[in-house]
Amino acid sequence: MTATASFRPDVIVIGGGLHGCSAALHLSMRGVRVLVLEKDHVARHASGVNAGGVRQLGRHVAEVPLSVASMALWHRIRELVDDDCGFESHGQIKVAESEAELETVRARVAELTALGFTHEEVVGQDELRALVPAIADHCVGALVSRGDGAAIPFRTTFAFRRKAISLGARFQEGGAVTRLVRKNNLWTVETADGGVHEAPVVVNAAGAWADRIAAQVGEPVPLEVIAPMLMITARVAPFIRPVVGATGRTLSFKQFPNGTVLIGGGLLGRAVRDENRTELDFSQVSVNARTVWDLFPCMRGATIVRSWAGIEARMPDQIPVIGPSGTEPDLYHSFGFSAHGFQLGPIVGRITADLITGGSTDLPIAPFSIGRFAA
Amino acid sequence: MSAPNPKFDFDIAVVGSGPAGLAAAALAASKGASVVLLDEQAEPGGQIYRAVTETPVRDRKVLGPDYWHGAELLGPLRDSGAVHWPGTTVWSVARPREDAGDGHRPIQIGLSRNGSAAMLTVRHVILATGALERPFPIPGWTLPGVLGAGAAQVLLKTSGLVPSGATVMAGSGPLLWLLAWQYLQAGARIDAILDTTPKQNWRAALPLLPGFLRSPYLGKGMKLMLDVRRKLTVIGNVTALRAEGDGALKSVVYTRNGTEHRLPADTLLLHQGVIPNLNLANATGCAQRWDGQQRCWRPTTDDWGATSVEGVSLAGDGAGIGGARAAEEAGRLAALDALHRLGRIGREQRDQSAVPVRTALDRALTGRAFLDTLYTPAEAFRVPADDTIVCRCEEITAGAVREAVRLGCSGPNQAKSFLRCGMGPCQGRLCGPTVTEVIAAERGVSPAEVGYYRLRPPVKPITLAELAALPKTAADIDAVFKH
Repeated sequence: MTATASFRPDVIVIGGGLHGCSAALHLSMRGVRVLVLEKDHVARHASGVNAGGVRQLGRHVAEVPLSVASMALWHRIRELVDDDCGFESHGQIKVAESEAELETVRARVAELTALGFTHEEVVGQDELRALVPAIADHCVGALVSRGDGAAIPFRTTFAFRRKAISLGARFQEGGAVTRLVRKNNLWTVETADGGVHEAPVVVNAAGAWADRIAAQVGEPVPLEVIAPMLMITARVAPFIRPVVGATGRTLSFKQFPNGTVLIGGGLLGRAVRDENRTELDFSQVSVNARTVWDLFPCMRGATIVRSWAGIEARMPDQIPVIGPSGTEPDLYHSFGFSAHGFQLGPIVGRITADLITGGSTDLPIAPFSIGRFAA
Repeated sequence: MSAPNPKFDFDIAVVGSGPAGLAAAALAASKGASVVLLDEQAEPGGQIYRAVTETPVRDRKVLGPDYWHGAELLGPLRDSGAVHWPGTTVWSVARPREDAGDGHRPIQIGLSRNGSAAMLTVRHVILATGALERPFPIPGWTLPGVLGAGAAQVLLKTSGLVPSGATVMAGSGPLLWLLAWQYLQAGARIDAILDTTPKQNWRAALPLLPGFLRSPYLGKGMKLMLDVRRKLTVIGNVTALRAEGDGALKSVVYTRNGTEHRLPADTLLLHQGVIPNLNLANATGCAQRWDGQQRCWRPTTDDWGATSVEGVSLAGDGAGIGGARAAEEAGRLAALDALHRLGRIGREQRDQSAVPVRTALDRALTGRAFLDTLYTPAEAFRVPADDTIVCRCEEITAGAVREAVRLGCSGPNQAKSFLRCGMGPCQGRLCGPTVTEVIAAERGVSPAEVGYYRLRPPVKPITLAELAALPKTAADIDAVFKH
């Protein structure tokens, strides 16, 4: 698993999260030699501890084409990585608690329809209750994306890594990238553990640390380090299949096959990224618990056994940075997924590989250009 | 933000009312600090002095004089003016996100009492969370009828209950002898003690014997052991152990000098020493290190019990096993340092007051190295065979952990992701040390390199309802905590 002196990579991927592993996989599938440099271990941060939602529902319009393309890959994920990644497709639902909220989701569907997308639909109270019998009485309807679902983040990231390795990729863990220089069409990448690696092309998939890589090449970005919090309950009898969110408040709610219920919604703790550490804010966790109390009366007696937060990156406009560097040739960015990058993992790796091996991609990535932050 | 409520805004919170917590709270409050002592139990005493105020075991001989020393710590606590909140579960200790602006970064404590949760703000926390029994995974340890000797001792102290039917005790360590002796005094039936102390430990411990000969506990310990040996069947050099039964314990199978033996048993009490209960400190973010001698993780502390987290100190067995008397003195040191940090006493006064405390602490720790070495659990019990369950919550075997290591799992935190090992309601309390040792052995590296679980609040399970109803204002808190 360690890079040897004789291994001369064509591409160095910085960051062993899902996006780094996915880029490594798609490049390896095309015969490109890849070295992934990971400062901790693969899936240590957001890719190992996120909520695992595989969601097209409610995405930023700019992301929808990518999300739809990624979903096609998710539904064949076993063909891609030889593992089902724990992916289950029981739909995702955004509950409307009032007529006004229902009106908002109707407008949303109209907007998507105009753009040619049909994966989201509005359902009324009866259909909502059929899909989620446990939902509180006051809920009036929902926005539904039936092809959506959830997967297991750590297992997914490891599956991408395993498949990439089987196709020849190498992984070097435990040394953060400290320096990045390009000379004579060759990048030299130094790591804190003394490693010096060279390759013609570099991919910056460093997640919450990606701004530091970008800054090295004179391309500062306003990346915000965030710590979205999650909590999990003790096992309860199975009662819900889709992943449920809310229209008017922040929620991500789903039950695993083992009975535990994951409650999230992007409420933030505090990230101390230089120490790989997060601090929870229980007044915010309490807000999340209150939402579940309101929407799922059957959960009021559930026991919370654990809560945590992962370190993620958020861009000011809530959409990621994907595409070539604006300052350096042969450098590609893939970061800033703003707490919803998991579902995009399979496709963004393909896009990055497209860009590196063919110079272009058939998906619309212009909105994600790093140039939008250039002074 | 509403104005701080004096009743919910203390200088110091002490978590745990064992010897360290009782001594720390009493000393800190007697010097004028506002102190709240938080403890899960209904009565003070911790595990060692459990139920010391109300035990139904009235015959003082049964539990012994060391137990009754606990009662002597209660008077000073009462006189000190410290606020005591029994029946309070602390599930989180965290630095709030904002600075208070008074030079101290306040600390928020998440706690539950009478089914309601609240956040308490203090300026300093002394964690006195004590010890818990080291997990002792053997084949069959999940059968009904098999329990920790410490758990059994709690039943004796709180309810005067002793096991009925054929009872076997197995393991190693001073507490095993103490419990056997207490059972003897209480008239309980113990059919046999299976001593798993490895023969070679004696060789390793012998050079440390001179220190132990000066220990204040030597006389008491010897008398206790001799008493037990005279009255009970003690079988030494036990090297393999398993519990058998169909749905409940039927027999205990052990190996001695290469031969397998079988004892019928209704109850098997297992004990392999105690380790620091560091879950709260770990979840708070306190740095910890591997203690090769006691074979456990312990939070790193300075001479005063200060941890790597500003405003959080540790005292007693939670910082490394030293026993009840050492814990008491460590509690006093932590209190003096907290008083100093809060500006209540000067550095000189702190150091001066600490002199007799340190003398007493050194005396209490005399001979510890000998005991730690002698009672180091045998490797076979720390690193169990493949078919033994290590994580009881998720029923993960040692073999599954080894398989995960072969797939690239390098430490306990990855084991959580690979196997859900340590992800159950106990959050690794019952498997953490074993998982560390199994992974270390399989990888051929030290446990220090393998690391330990990153634990997460709530350290004790709380209900969604409690969390949802977390009071936001001082008035809300008042309503919850009227007492």
